Amino acid sequence: RMEMGAKEKNQQLYKPYSKPPSSWQQEIQDLRGSASCLRSEPEFEMADIFYFCRRGVESIMDDEVTKCFSAQELESWNLLTRSNYNFRHISLRLTVLWGLGVLIRYGVLLPLRVTLAVTGISLLLVLTTLVGLLPNRELKFFLSEKVHLMCYRICVRALTAIITYHNRENKPKNGGICVANHTTPIDVIILANDGCYSMVGQVHGGLMGMIQRAMVRSSPHIWFERSEVKDRHLVAKRLGDHVADKTKQPILIFPEGTCINNTSVMMFKKGSFEIGCTVYPVAIKYDPRFGDAFWNSSKFGMVNYLLRMMSSWAIVCSVWYLPPMNREEGEDAVQFANRVKAAIAAQGGLVDLIWDGGLKRAKVKDAFKEEQQKLYSKVLVGEQDQGDQSTNANGSVCLFQPFVYRPKS
Amino acid sequence: MGSSNSSVNNIPNAQELMQETGFSAAHILRLHERFEFLDKHKCGQLRLVDRPTNQPQDFGAVQELALNPIGDSIISAFFSPGQETVDFASFVRILAHFRPTDRNQSRDGAQQEPANSSIRKLKFAFQMYDQDRDGKISRAELLQVLRAMLGIQVTEEQLQSIAERAIQEADLDRDDAISFDEFRKSLEKVDIDHKMSIRFLR
Repeated sequence: RMEMGAKEKNQQLYKPYSKPPSSWQQEIQDLRGSASCLRSEPEFEMADIFYFCRRGVESIMDDEVTKCFSAQELESWNLLTRSNYNFRHISLRLTVLWGLGVLIRYGVLLPLRVTLAVTGISLLLVLTTLVGLLPNRELKFFLSEKVHLMCYRICVRALTAIITYHNRENKPKNGGICVANHTTPIDVIILANDGCYSMVGQVHGGLMGMIQRAMVRSSPHIWFERSEVKDRHLVAKRLGDHVADKTKQPILIFPEGTCINNTSVMMFKKGSFEIGCTVYPVAIKYDPRFGDAFWNSSKFGMVNYLLRMMSSWAIVCSVWYLPPMNREEGEDAVQFANRVKAAIAAQGGLVDLIWDGGLKRAKVKDAFKEEQQKLYSKVLVGEQDQGDQSTNANGSVCLFQPFVYRPKS
Repeated sequence: MGSSNSSVNNIPNAQELMQETGFSAAHILRLHERFEFLDKHKCGQLRLVDRPTNQPQDFGAVQELALNPIGDSIISAFFSPGQETVDFASFVRILAHFRPTDRNQSRDGAQQEPANSSIRKLKFAFQMYDQDRDGKISRAELLQVLRAMLGIQVTEEQLQSIAERAIQEADLDRDDAISFDEFRKSLEKVDIDHKMSIRFLR
């Protein structure tokens, strides 16, 4: 059964945008109830078109996919020009305050932070290489952990990230996979600040590439060549091997595959959930008032993004470690992924969407349109065979809540 | 986005549009933002199809619309017959149909039918069925819409029987097509204002 959860948690920072499914279902019931209360069997009505019209126009006005890929709008201005959408000139005093803010941020905070960042990264490079040269395995692990933690702590200070960790007893353990919602590359630093993870990613060139090579000398990270990424079996094998080795650190994966703007959680790719080990979900929520952490990769490059981060007031976020989850009997990878996603969304107060993050760049597949038609037809013609659920592609999409089916008398 | 305030004054004909459609300045701003988002080529007009491929052009950016069974009909509703582009004013006028009805609107005889009246909303819905805009929903058109909504989930016979029933109920003058008046009569009991209104501001 397809389901769409638009869970709204009452968070003082986050204003819910999507309508909860219960109101849609109510709407549909109202729509049908008014004229067909006398009939016992559901029938097509001319008025049914209203629902589709309305949804169509609503999506023209505001669609959920685009909303996920643009920065969250704030309720009140936080003195950063970049979050100034609709706000007008209010008073001279505010402009003066803003000017003062600019001076402080760019004149004082930014240089300090850049210095720290440079220190942190160079230390990381140098020390991990040194540790990598050590022959003794035990010592290597021990030192590598210390080195990594220290450097990440410096980087965190460089961004002035104020992080609150909740439920640390659920921290990921060796031999597991840690999954989290993805907002920015900084997520990595935030999580690695508190524990040692093995990163997974593509091999880059330049500075990133240097850092990657250095890191891998002292602890086992998993870097893929670009060509290898397409080969799913290879990826799964390497991940599987890593997890099987209990001495290795937990792997850190962001199953959404792309940066989302931290108001919602999009579809989790099932790859990491097929491996069959314990999954440790983590929810990360940023406070948008101090600085918007979302990396809109189509708008800003990495350097631009880092500059913006370092010239915000601060990055305030909360990290929740959720209890570990395992795949249950009879549950396939997709259902497991959705279950984990729902847990993360519920904890972080994010909207749980079933849209694929890949829609940032690609278009919707035709298969999804079929799902809609299936739902509507269920009402009119009746529930025929439920058995065709398992043939879903990566994640199922349900735009419209299923109609309430009233059986024929 | 950015430090420059976008005000309603930057939008051409904003005041007239506000008068005509009843939208507030905030609405117009929001609509303009949306229009600019859809207008990827920044030419001030939205286009219907991309000529070489015949795929929906600017409205194609709205992913959810692609899923909507009557998505294509909704898109064509924005374009007058024969036109392939729509400018901001027409965009606003069509969307004005979906503004919630004003409860305490006084109507004197001289005043023109407001854009968001029940009749206008009904006409929009009627247009979804009546693709060739000849004022009647023929059996073929009804079948087409039903097919779009149901896809391959129902057989041809089931589709025919649904359409048959619908026409029988609504078609009062037995001409095998549903005119706008018959459409309206069959929907007398439905709260159209509620069902065909959307919220424009977040």
